[in-house]
Amino acid sequence: MKRSLFPGLTLVFCLVFFYLPLAVVVVGSFNDSRFGGDWRGFTLKYYNQLLRDREIRGALENTLVIAFWSTLTCMVLGTMAAFALHRHRSRLQFFHLSLIYSPLVAPEILMGISLLLFFGAVGADLGMTTIYLGHVTFCLSYVAMTVLGRLQDFDFSLIDAARDLGASSWTATRKILLPVIAPGIIAGGLLAFTLSLDDFVVTFFLSGAGSKTLPIYIYSSIKRGSTTKLNALSAILLVVTFLVVIISHFTAGRLDRSEKTKEAKASG
Amino acid sequence: MTHFLEFAGIKHYFGAVKAVDGVSLTVKQGEVFSLLGPSGCGKTTLLRICAGFQHPQEGRVILNGVDITELPPEKRKVNTVFQNYALFPHLDVFENIAFGLRIAKRSAVDVRQEVERMLDLTDMTEHARKRVVELSGGQKQRVAIARALVNRPQVLLLDEPLAALDLKLRQRMLVQLDSLHDEVGITFLYVTHDQGEAMSISDTIAVMNRGKVEQTGSPAEIYEAPRSSFVAAFIGDTNFFDGVVKEIDGDYSLVAIEGLGAVRVFNDKQLKVGGAVHLSLRPEKIHLTVAEPPAESSRNISRGEVEEIIYLGSATKYWVRVGDYRLAVNRVHRRFGLDEKPIRWKDLVWLSWHSDDGYMLERYSEADEELLSLPDTETETEPLAVDGDSHE
Repeated sequence: MKRSLFPGLTLVFCLVFFYLPLAVVVVGSFNDSRFGGDWRGFTLKYYNQLLRDREIRGALENTLVIAFWSTLTCMVLGTMAAFALHRHRSRLQFFHLSLIYSPLVAPEILMGISLLLFFGAVGADLGMTTIYLGHVTFCLSYVAMTVLGRLQDFDFSLIDAARDLGASSWTATRKILLPVIAPGIIAGGLLAFTLSLDDFVVTFFLSGAGSKTLPIYIYSSIKRGSTTKLNALSAILLVVTFLVVIISHFTAGRLDRSEKTKEAKASG
Repeated sequence: MTHFLEFAGIKHYFGAVKAVDGVSLTVKQGEVFSLLGPSGCGKTTLLRICAGFQHPQEGRVILNGVDITELPPEKRKVNTVFQNYALFPHLDVFENIAFGLRIAKRSAVDVRQEVERMLDLTDMTEHARKRVVELSGGQKQRVAIARALVNRPQVLLLDEPLAALDLKLRQRMLVQLDSLHDEVGITFLYVTHDQGEAMSISDTIAVMNRGKVEQTGSPAEIYEAPRSSFVAAFIGDTNFFDGVVKEIDGDYSLVAIEGLGAVRVFNDKQLKVGGAVHLSLRPEKIHLTVAEPPAESSRNISRGEVEEIIYLGSATKYWVRVGDYRLAVNRVHRRFGLDEKPIRWKDLVWLSWHSDDGYMLERYSEADEELLSLPDTETETEPLAVDGDSHE
């Protein structure tokens, strides 16, 4: 059979479409030219400048601190939420699920505005804490959803089996349930981390003086018109994000593969 | 000890569903005891009550003289082989088997020794470091058994352990289970819906139906002397008849069966004249011949027309129309089959059976009507008009 060229062409076209702008940024970060454009030779000086820039380092630190704590909080709260949703089914189940879902579909700007109004109403000072809380509100849904997915596949007779073999209810949870759904928790956490890392809209509404994160910094520097360092910064962010996505893919993929083998065996 | 494991008056309802409805059983030490019944008969609930996953609303479970009804699963000296095996997917074979020992905080040397013993016993040594997903169905099953046995339970509970395997593997695992039982000598409580499995592995079978035990006995007792129509129909095939005792002749009685005629049956229920008879006659007990068999006083002889033939290789199954009845007959091929003149549809054949081979049932449940294996004809009238009272 003659193979059609169409799928190959589509693939190439998509890759170009997605990655050409990114490639331009990465190449630009090594281009020894003040204003971009023509290639003037290879340089690492923007990376050097980046490292020396205290403002950027401060923004990076803020971003990482917020991402770290909001991810951690979401992994704990999201897992608990998923448990509650899975184990205690009530007539309000649909309502509860919608509550968890809504931050995923609600326009981010709405989230930002409502959080800003809320913090204003309770008289909270805008800053790191408000950004952290804001990130928790939307990242929580992602963790809860991924963990819920794992729980739905979890065979609760494994808990019976563990108890049958002498484990208390808590030991069974710790030794069986948590390790089995761990890939789900980790995948949800990584997702939350990347979302928090590059969130702009919510952060923009909730940041106060001295709580600038990287996306906010990038936005304000572009307005000021210096893009050379930003190319380098974007390239680094790109690499970090890719790494996180790859890790998340592999942890989640391992479990999926084992499940598929199981199904194949069962049906075969 | 004769009362090693005892269920005393167990009742467990799920809402309006009487899953277990007053079951009392005793299991002897070291025997294979099967709970056999169709799905929904309460056998699995009873097993889960024994394991501690379900708390009965009434009744006690007594193991080796100790009332374990209130104990949580982890405190009971019983272990379960689950239907889907429930192996821990994040642990390898070795660690799955070691799980119970590690929970019990046994020393590393102990764990290694015991697990290796179980691996050896179940022939899984070479797969010790494999992940659960890499195992075949039969191997998973062996790991599940090893994982349960390594804790040296007083009773091993097996919940449909072979249901997920294909037929050939099932037969092989059954033989392995049997020899494993001989080796370890632990009491097995075996739950199954497959009468063949139960018959081949059990010392004692309890046949369950609608949350109640219909009959307890050895496989042969249950097959040959079923107490109720349910047991007779669930264990193997059978032909049912309803009739009334017409004459008593020593140990035998002459039973009038409407639509079939009079038959001679061993009267082990000591029925009197006029008593209602519910009769079960196994298909293999009927002799089917082309030539008329010699008349003997001890044999019932009738003539019928072949309506259906199913060739099974080792035997052939015939449905023969006799009067209002359609009788199932099994004919085992003892000779080279191609030499015989084949019996065809609509052939007239002779059926004969010994007076001792029909078995009177104590109970005949109208509710079990759908279980009666043979499709009745539209014309048949239920010969239940004369209802005797001489038997319980």
